[in-house]
Amino acid sequence: MAATISDAGTRRDFLYVASGAVGAVGVATAAWPFIDQMNPTTAALALASTEVDLTTVQPGQQVIVKWRGHPLFVRRRTPVEIEAAKAVDVNLLPDPLANNGNLPGGADSGPATDANRATKPEWLILIGVCTHLGCTPTVSTPQIPEGDYGGWLCHCHGSMYDTAGRIRKGPAPRNLEVPPYTFLSDTRIKVG
Amino acid sequence: MSGPSTYKPNSSLERWIDARLPLPRLLHDTVHTFPTPKNLNIWYTFGGILAFCLGVQIVTGIVLAMHYVANANLAFDSVEAIMRDVNYGWLIRYMHANGASMFFLAVYIHMFRGLYYGSYKAPRELIWIIGVLIYLLMMATAFFGYVLPWGQMSFWGATVITNLFSAIPVVGSHIATWLWGDFAVGDATLNRFFSLHYLLPFIIAGVVVLHIWALHVPGNNNPLGIDVKSPQDTVPFHPYYTVKDAFYLLLFVIFFAAFVFYAPDFFGNPDNYQPANPLVTPPDIVPEWYLLPFYAMLRSIPNKLLGVIVMGGAIVTLVFLPWLDTSRVRSCRFRPLMKQFFWGFVVACVLLGYCGSQSVDAVKFGIPMVWVARVASLYYYAFFWLILPIVGLIETPKKLPASIAQSVLGDNAAQPAE
Repeated sequence: MAATISDAGTRRDFLYVASGAVGAVGVATAAWPFIDQMNPTTAALALASTEVDLTTVQPGQQVIVKWRGHPLFVRRRTPVEIEAAKAVDVNLLPDPLANNGNLPGGADSGPATDANRATKPEWLILIGVCTHLGCTPTVSTPQIPEGDYGGWLCHCHGSMYDTAGRIRKGPAPRNLEVPPYTFLSDTRIKVG
Repeated sequence: MSGPSTYKPNSSLERWIDARLPLPRLLHDTVHTFPTPKNLNIWYTFGGILAFCLGVQIVTGIVLAMHYVANANLAFDSVEAIMRDVNYGWLIRYMHANGASMFFLAVYIHMFRGLYYGSYKAPRELIWIIGVLIYLLMMATAFFGYVLPWGQMSFWGATVITNLFSAIPVVGSHIATWLWGDFAVGDATLNRFFSLHYLLPFIIAGVVVLHIWALHVPGNNNPLGIDVKSPQDTVPFHPYYTVKDAFYLLLFVIFFAAFVFYAPDFFGNPDNYQPANPLVTPPDIVPEWYLLPFYAMLRSIPNKLLGVIVMGGAIVTLVFLPWLDTSRVRSCRFRPLMKQFFWGFVVACVLLGYCGSQSVDAVKFGIPMVWVARVASLYYYAFFWLILPIVGLIETPKKLPASIAQSVLGDNAAQPAE
């Protein structure tokens, strides 16, 4: 055999590299559908919205409705609860950002002031999912206090939220999320 | 110990098979003549018991799958139908549910035995690591299985555990959504968990084969932790250990049956007899008992990401065990100092389990349980990363016996064992 050995690479080297590359791309391409099929289906992705009638909610009361598989807290705050929420120094909060889907610049485009958490101070609308590991926190009332801050206590791992749904103590990293919602009238909101 | 094969085909048929598929030879060499240290004690019977447990879970599970419906609207009722309508459905389901607890009880004894007698040390590192892999697969399988009845604990346990992934920075919430197939735990989640719950036991069975294969290269460790030096140190696996394993397996089955027939819900949580409700979390979420120590670690850290890391790290740590122990003596029988730290480790694990079963703000004897969990978690980590490396260097072990035969027979060791 009079084959020349060259450092520049032979046709066989080229074939090895080329088939290896095509094979790797092929495996990755074939794997993707099997990974992506686990993501939410188009039916689940279709954004559902819910309308909530506020007339039956009394001051100091919270109602829970289901929205996109999650509990949605609709709480009509008392003046005392609103004042307590306003009196908090935002800079001292574990999570100083608003986490409010209604803010024009994005959910975290403002500080977690009470005004940035509730469009109308009387109505606090929150997704009732603890930002730690997803349990539903229990609401606090003057009669049956839950946690130290008058808002909510998550019984799973002890996270405490205040009357604006902001995390104050415990393992949860974020304030309770405020979903996008609009007031259709004074007594009706549309969430989502 | 995996020396040359001693299999002798006795008939022309056996010779014909042996030349084509030497399966009889494999069985002969691995479960019949396999030379096994003659001093194995009761704690060494749990390997066989675990194989039995896996078999029970697979057989009962296949039967349950014939009656179960993996649909969020029907799952709970289908389990109730199994309990009330299916012939002997109650028995098979209780065997499966309690079987999971028995499986974990046996695996914990098996693991602590390996830890005490140093069975993870060279040349048995891979046996240990494959065992840790089996343990991980068992936890995943048990978790998926616990979700299937679609009760309150099923649903909220699934929510909490899958939310652990949301602690991962940047991509965490996408991973959680990917696991759920929705924006919360729901029908899509239930279906895929059922699929995986059916798959994983067979994966476990495959990995168990690797575990036993790796075991059969160096052979069993033993309570003395010294190597087999001569044929006098061993007996054939059959009939000596087939009989011993079978005897203790029977005792184990009696213990198992006592729960199935007299306290079938002992390990269960009454909240799981309520259908899943995505709007109401039960007041106390408690995982199954075998996951409580890790759950206590998670809760003792007041930071989401750190809590998840500490919990996961507790299991990952086990993989490194063979290289963290610096002592050349395997068995704690000859390690007076390590023996005490070992029992301290057992106590720490039990304490963690107890703390995990209590509510997050529980106070017992004036001591907040969360602090007990913190100290016990610290000991858990210190045991592996500080105590094992250091004690191995400073400890003076007791004198090792010359051989297994001498230890068993004393001065008669010179005589043949049989």
